[in-house]
Parts: sequence; C-alpha cells; structure tokens
Amino acid sequence: MTDLTSLTLAEARDGLAKKSFKAIELTDAHLAAVEQARSLNAFVLETPEQARAMAQDADARIAKGEGGPLNGIPLGIKDLFATKGVRTTACSKILGNFVPPYESTVTAQLWRDGAVMLGKLNNDEFAMGSSNETSCFGPVANPWRRNGSETKLVPGGSSGGSVAAVSAGLCLGATATDTGGSIRQPAAFTGIVGLKPTYGRCSRWGIVAFASSLDQAGPVAKTVRDTAILMRSMAGHDPKDTTSADIAVPDYEKAIGQSVKGMKIGIPKEYRLEGMPAEIEKLWQQGADWLKAAGAELVDISLPHTKYALPAYYIVAPAEASSNLARYDGVRYGLRVPGRAIGDMYENTRAEGFGPEVRRRIMIGTYVLSAGYYDAYYLRAQKVRTLIKKDFEDCFAQGVQAILTPATPSAAFGIGEKGQADPVEMYLNDIFTVTVNMAGLPGIAVPAGSDAQGLPLGLQLIGRPFEEETLFSLGEIMEQSAGRFTPPVKWW
Amino acid sequence: MTAPAKSSKLIKGATGDWEMVIGLEVHAQVTSNSKLFSGASTEFGGEPNAHVSLVDAAMPGMLPVINEECVRQAVRTGLGLKAQINLKSTFDRKNYFYPDLPQGYQISQFKSPVVGEGQVHVDLDDGESIAVGIERLHLEQDAGKSLHDQHPTMSYVDLNRSGVALMEIVSKPDIRSSEQARAYVTKLRSILRYLGTCDGDMEKGSLRADVNVSVRKPGAPLGTRCEIKNVNSIRFIGQAIEYEARRQIGILEDGGAIEQETRLFDPNKGETRSMRSKEEAHDYRYFPDPDLLPLEFTQSYVDQLKSALPELPDEKKARFISELGLTPYDASVLVNEQESADFYEAVLGALADRRRDGKLAANWVINELFGRLNKESKDIAASPVSAAQLGAIVDLIGTGTISGKIAKDLFEIVWTEGGDPRALVEARGMKQVTDLGAIEKAVDEIVAANPDKAAQAREKPALIGWFVGQVMKSSGGKANPQAVNDLLKSKLGF
Repeated sequence: MTDLTSLTLAEARDGLAKKSFKAIELTDAHLAAVEQARSLNAFVLETPEQARAMAQDADARIAKGEGGPLNGIPLGIKDLFATKGVRTTACSKILGNFVPPYESTVTAQLWRDGAVMLGKLNNDEFAMGSSNETSCFGPVANPWRRNGSETKLVPGGSSGGSVAAVSAGLCLGATATDTGGSIRQPAAFTGIVGLKPTYGRCSRWGIVAFASSLDQAGPVAKTVRDTAILMRSMAGHDPKDTTSADIAVPDYEKAIGQSVKGMKIGIPKEYRLEGMPAEIEKLWQQGADWLKAAGAELVDISLPHTKYALPAYYIVAPAEASSNLARYDGVRYGLRVPGRAIGDMYENTRAEGFGPEVRRRIMIGTYVLSAGYYDAYYLRAQKVRTLIKKDFEDCFAQGVQAILTPATPSAAFGIGEKGQADPVEMYLNDIFTVTVNMAGLPGIAVPAGSDAQGLPLGLQLIGRPFEEETLFSLGEIMEQSAGRFTPPVKWW
Repeated sequence: MTAPAKSSKLIKGATGDWEMVIGLEVHAQVTSNSKLFSGASTEFGGEPNAHVSLVDAAMPGMLPVINEECVRQAVRTGLGLKAQINLKSTFDRKNYFYPDLPQGYQISQFKSPVVGEGQVHVDLDDGESIAVGIERLHLEQDAGKSLHDQHPTMSYVDLNRSGVALMEIVSKPDIRSSEQARAYVTKLRSILRYLGTCDGDMEKGSLRADVNVSVRKPGAPLGTRCEIKNVNSIRFIGQAIEYEARRQIGILEDGGAIEQETRLFDPNKGETRSMRSKEEAHDYRYFPDPDLLPLEFTQSYVDQLKSALPELPDEKKARFISELGLTPYDASVLVNEQESADFYEAVLGALADRRRDGKLAANWVINELFGRLNKESKDIAASPVSAAQLGAIVDLIGTGTISGKIAKDLFEIVWTEGGDPRALVEARGMKQVTDLGAIEKAVDEIVAANPDKAAQAREKPALIGWFVGQVMKSSGGKANPQAVNDLLKSKLGF
C-alpha cells in the first residue's frame, strides 16, 4: 500500500469511497506523520484521540453507505478557529488555556461533512505576521530548504502551521485565514495552493478576529482540486455573521477542468516593482504564457492606486485590531496578571499577554483612531480603500475576468532573517496580496516554479467577487503546467 | 445655539439675573425580549450573569447581529417624537476599558443615528407651554454592572444588562429651568410608555438622564457646560439642575470660570461633585463597527409603522378638548399617564351619552377618583371603583337620576362595599325626587316656617341658597336641585 500521507485529498476521498483503505488507517497514517514532524512545530495541539474517534465515525458512515463530501478526511485547524472543548489560543499567551464552549461555523461545517480533526495549527499571534515568528509557541519551520543548505526557513504567515502541515504531508488540507495575505503568501512559500475567498463567502463567526473588515477564512491544500473540495464545505451564509453573503455555494470542484478559452486575464503594470528579482518576473511571464496557451486572452491593465494599498492596509488593519483585541483584558477568560487597581491589572495583563508585534499594531491602531488623527489616517485610508476597490471594478467592467500577479516578492527566507530591525521589511511581504483584502476580492496562490535555490514560488490569480470558480479553473491550468511541488527531502 | 429663552425662569444672583441653559440626554431601555445584538434575555432581575450570551461576554470570535425588534422600536419612538427617520444609519464603536464593558467598546451610533431632529411639546403646571427640540435618537448597548461591595478586595461584575438596547434621546439646549426639565422628561416618558417602546421604570434604571447645565446672563452667549451623569429620577433631575446652576453662578460671581467637566449627583447630599475633568475625558476612538453592515430600511417600512402608531398624549389631549369640551388642564391631567387616559376612556365607554357627560366624567375621574386614590396612596390599577362603575355613576348623574351630592354618597358605597351603582340607587332609594308636587310641598313648609329669612331673601336674593340647602336636607338630598331653585324663586317672588 502506498504511503497514505502522500495522497491528495481527492485521491484519499476516492480511495475511501472504493474502500481501498479505512478512514482510521488514513487518520493513523497522518497522526504518525504529525508525531514524527514535531520539529517543524506546525501543530500547537495534537488531538489524536478525537481524530481516531472521528475517523471511526467516518468508517461507520461509509459502512452504511453514508457520509458527506469530506467523510474521513484528516485536516488541521488553524488555532484562530474556535473548536468546542479544544484549546484555542490564536497562538497568544493572553488566551492562555482558553477552551471555547462553541465551535466556529467554518469548522462546524467541516465536521458536518465528515472531516477529521488532527489538531490545532500554529500561526502568527492573532494572525499578525508574515513568517509565523510571532507565535507564542515559537516559529514553524518550512519543510522546504535551500539546495544544499540546512538553514531553517519560515513557512510564511500568518497561516504558517497550516501550510507547513499540508506541505509536509501531515494532513490532507487545513483551514487558514487571510487578512492581508496570510493564506496566499505562506501557500506560495511552501509550494501548495491557498485560496482567500471573497469577503463574506465564509462565516467569520467563531474565528478569533484580527481585522473584521479584512479577515476571511479559506482553505490550503496540496492541489487546486483539493482546495475546491474544501471550499465547498467551508463556504456559506451564516445568520450569525451579518457580513456573510447569502449566496448559494456552488460545487467548486466542477470548475476544475473547465475551459478558460477566451477568458480575459489582466496583467497589472503596477505590480512590476522596481528591483523585483528577475526570477519572479520570469515566473510571472511563464504563468501568462501558460494561460495564453490554454486559450486565455492576456491584456495589460492598470490598477493605479496599488502603491497606496500597503500603507492604507497598515492603518485599517491595526485600527480594527486595536479595538477587536480590547476584549483580552484579563477580566473574563485567558491570562490575568493581577495589579493593585483595575488599570494596573489591564496593563500588566496586556503587557505580559501580547507579544511585541501585536503590541505594536495595537499602538498603531490606537494612534490612528485618536481624536485629531482620525481624519488624517483612518478616514483617508478608507478613502484609499474605496479607490483601490474602484481600480478593480473598472478593470472587471472592461471584461477582465481575472488578474495574474506574483504571489510574493521573494521565496521563503530564513527564520530570524527579516524584520528584526525594521518591521516594514516584513510588511512588504504582503505587497501583492493586501490589495485583494482591501477590495474584498477572491485570490488564489498556486505554485508555479522554483527560485535559483530550489524554493517554490507562487503566482496569484485575483477574481471577481464570488467568482472563485474562475480562479479554480485558471489555477488548474497553472498546476497542470507547473506540476506539483513536494519537498525534495524529508529532513524533519 | 443661542436659542432665545422661550420663557425664562431667571435666577437672581448677586450681580443680576442668570438664565440656565439645559440639554438632556435621556437613556431609555428599549422594550424588547432580547438584547440589541444577541439573543439573550432582557428580563430584569435574575441571578447575576444569568442572562449573558457568548456575544455579551465578548468571547473570542463572537459577532453582533442586530435585533430587528429594537430597530422597530427606535423607529416607532422617532415617529412618536415627530422626528426625521433616517433610512440609512451606521453603528460605531466607542472604545474604552472597563470591567463591565466586555468587548472593550460599546456599539453605538455616533456619526449617523437612526433618528434625526424632532420635537416634544411640554405643558407646565403654570399653564406655560414650550417646545423642546430633539437633536437625535440613536441605538446603543448598555454596559454591565460593577459591584464593589461584595468582596473586601475585589469587584464583581454582573453582565445581565450588558448589551441591552438603549435609545439615547438627545434634546437641544432648549430647556431653561428645572421645572421645564422635569416636565420634559415626564412628557418624554409618557410618550415612550404610550408607544410601548420603553417601560419608563426609573427605579429599575429603564430611564435615566445625563443632564447638561450651563448658565449665562440673559441674551449672552452660551456658558461652559457641565454634564451630570446618570441621574435616575425626575425629582433628582430637578434637584441636580438647581444645585448645579447655583454652583456655577456662585463661581462666576466670585470671578471664577466654569471648567467643562463630568459630574455626579449625590441624592443623599443633594449636590453634584466632579467625576472627571475635560483633560481626563476619554478619547473614545469612535470608528464604524466593521462587524455590522449599515442599518437600512425602506420608507414603506417606516410608513407602515407610522400608520400603526397608537394615539399619543398630544393627539389624545386635543381630541378630549375638541370632542368632549374638556379644559386643557383637565385633558392634560388625564393624558399624562397612559393608565389614566385608558381609565378615562373606559369610563367614557360606559356612558350613554359621552358628548353630554364626557366633561362630567373627567371631573369625576380627576377630582373624586384620583383624589381618593392619592389620599389612600393607591395605584389606578388597584382602584376599588372600576371604570364601568364610575361610568354608571356619572351616567346616573347625567340622566338626572341622582343628584351630584347623592352621587358622592354612592361613590363612597361603591368604593367601600362595591356593587352595581344602578342597583344600589334602586335598592337604597337614592333616586332624585323630580315629583314637583312633593318638592313644592317641602318648599312651602320651609318658607312658611321661616318668615324672617324669607323677608331677608326678598331683599338679598343670594340668601336663596340657605332655602335650597334646607329643602335638600329635608328631601334627604334627593330633590332635584334645579327644580328646588326654580320653585323657591317663584315662591319668594323673584
């Protein structure tokens, strides 16, 4: 029997259906892989007993000829998703040993469809970071290493645990969240596929909030098809989240293999950055050529306000975060560091509970919302956001159905290499991805090639609102052309 | 902002007259079964933290969902205040830290409230009538409650109220005296209770006010204001204003300046004291709540609510005056409290001819019934005389079956013993004597027995009253007073 952890989610699903193996075997194989991969630090909490129980339930359903679209599929869950009875921390000390008495809508839908939870995955604290180095559980190691090097690289962030686990074959897919690129950048760094859905496509209920107007849950998986399969279960309207869209969820998998002939794909000139590595430029051209070969029409487009996106994002996101994180005050749950008076308790708790990057963003957010600064920062950033959105709408109005860009300005970097002296160096990782969050659009990162040191590089496709299917069809073309990217050596 | 005083109640100071300028922010708890953004119960009382949902406790990842009933109630209130209804409004976050504020922010409406400008007509006891402008009404969450007396070193927090819907109703600075302020809040409370959008129960904290007070020399620009927070009775509102205005005048007349600040009213000492200065004021960092879409509804939704509004005190008062001939004062007394108005309307319902006897009924409700209820400290709901009984009594007077004097005896019997007034009149022989022969006989006897008095009365016709009294007395009060009067006049020869 082949190593069950090398299967794709679709292959595993089909194998279960054909009874080639049992769900419990599939889960056990992945639990073993998780156990052997602890040096990656992808999981912050393993739930093997729960996983086996869920897998056995899945087998029972198979025996009765029942089971949802994810029956028996072992998944990892980013620690930002509340899981009932299972510790949920957002990888922050301030949540301590918080065990939610509720299940997030997205994960509840996964369990509804038969999926198996292997455990909780590492991420940047409160999803604030691009390298998974801000987690209170320590950094995650990327399963990929540079050719001939043993230097540990970051998996990207904030969904670093999710992508590392999928890339290393520890699970068949994982949940992730994306506020400024936290699904797409790490997917690109680890050679896997990650979709940030349209804002409102997935419920935010039960996901620890970072920036409410930007946060969106999405899947990461080994292939475009696997991502589409997961997406069908994760998406959907939720009356408990009034920003979720009441739009029917299509069978995304059907988009795989659909022709892209005649599809108009925009290439935005503003994404051609000064000093961009030649290999990124080359990769981008390669992607365009693949789509062209599949019958798509490539057009040059302009998104003139792109350069303002990152600065505006670093006003809007911290502003919302500073307010969203006010509830972590030591009063009701999580960490409490006592003080003489209530003010001391707040200060002690929050100083001890939040890491430096989270503290920095709370400070930025508090500042930009302050009386006298609101108009100059927050209000102006919101105006920029409207203009960014309009840039995209103008292109879509001219018939553009998707936009092709690089996913990241570079391949994965070493742990501790970036952002130590200047946090902006780290923020620049999101340069190609934040615009999509600011406009609320869907974006997919698909592995497309390797850099000179053998590290995976990804391309991003940006779609019209609620047209994720277009991204899956196009993503499949890219994947077929570029091939799968699996880490060359299992070193962990 | 320098609205001319509609009727100044000036305060005499050492340096001349001073005028108060008052604006009120009334916080009214919306009548609804569940909270503004969660499904938790709004029931008063209950064990601490018994009515708390995951949203109210601000658990990680929880999201607010607007309670449509609260929106409906806010719109109905706006309509009752004759105010602009905004078809699109937004919710903002007001950020500050306090243990009874679990989210670390209050969801409120800062920039664009659901209700805009309106107006409330207020009648004062001295007959004066003023119009108080409404600046806005917005929806917001209440906070929980901190309990500082349960533990020697710790504070306890009760989140039962956390997230309960409040309407903040902001007046324009149109109020010029503590009487006006009390009358305004009384009227506002009455409108809310008529609408059924707030129970107005100030003891339970369903209605409380932040009071803004400044003083100025008449005609001068507005002075610096102080805000007195969270005053929870109409009487205290009056006391707080009186104290605060005099405090400010004292400072100004001593050559000082008023510091803009937030103050608290101490009902035990009857004084206000500083809570925090302008420098210590919070920076609330308001911004639109990204968890909530703008609140939008259609004009036809508003029209529908408008057409289903109950008759409000002003309209009811006007109807009582025009249809039944009530005096404005009596009409006001009856409509002030919905229970009184309802009782009066029920009395009217029991009358055979409400046009004829409506005014009489008003007198009986106000003077006899309310007087007696007041004397015995009884609530109208606990009145021993029902509307139907009182209606029957008034009807018996109106039809001339009994005299007004007998009616008072009858009222007493019904009050103490109960029973059907009509049956009582029959059984106890209380019917008015309209038999002219019988009355004439009594008149003749009295006149004959008192020749001196009769002579005097011929000189001084006002003395006829003495004869009326005597005749009534001899008939046991049952003689028709009009008939007695007429007969006496002819017998005495004028």
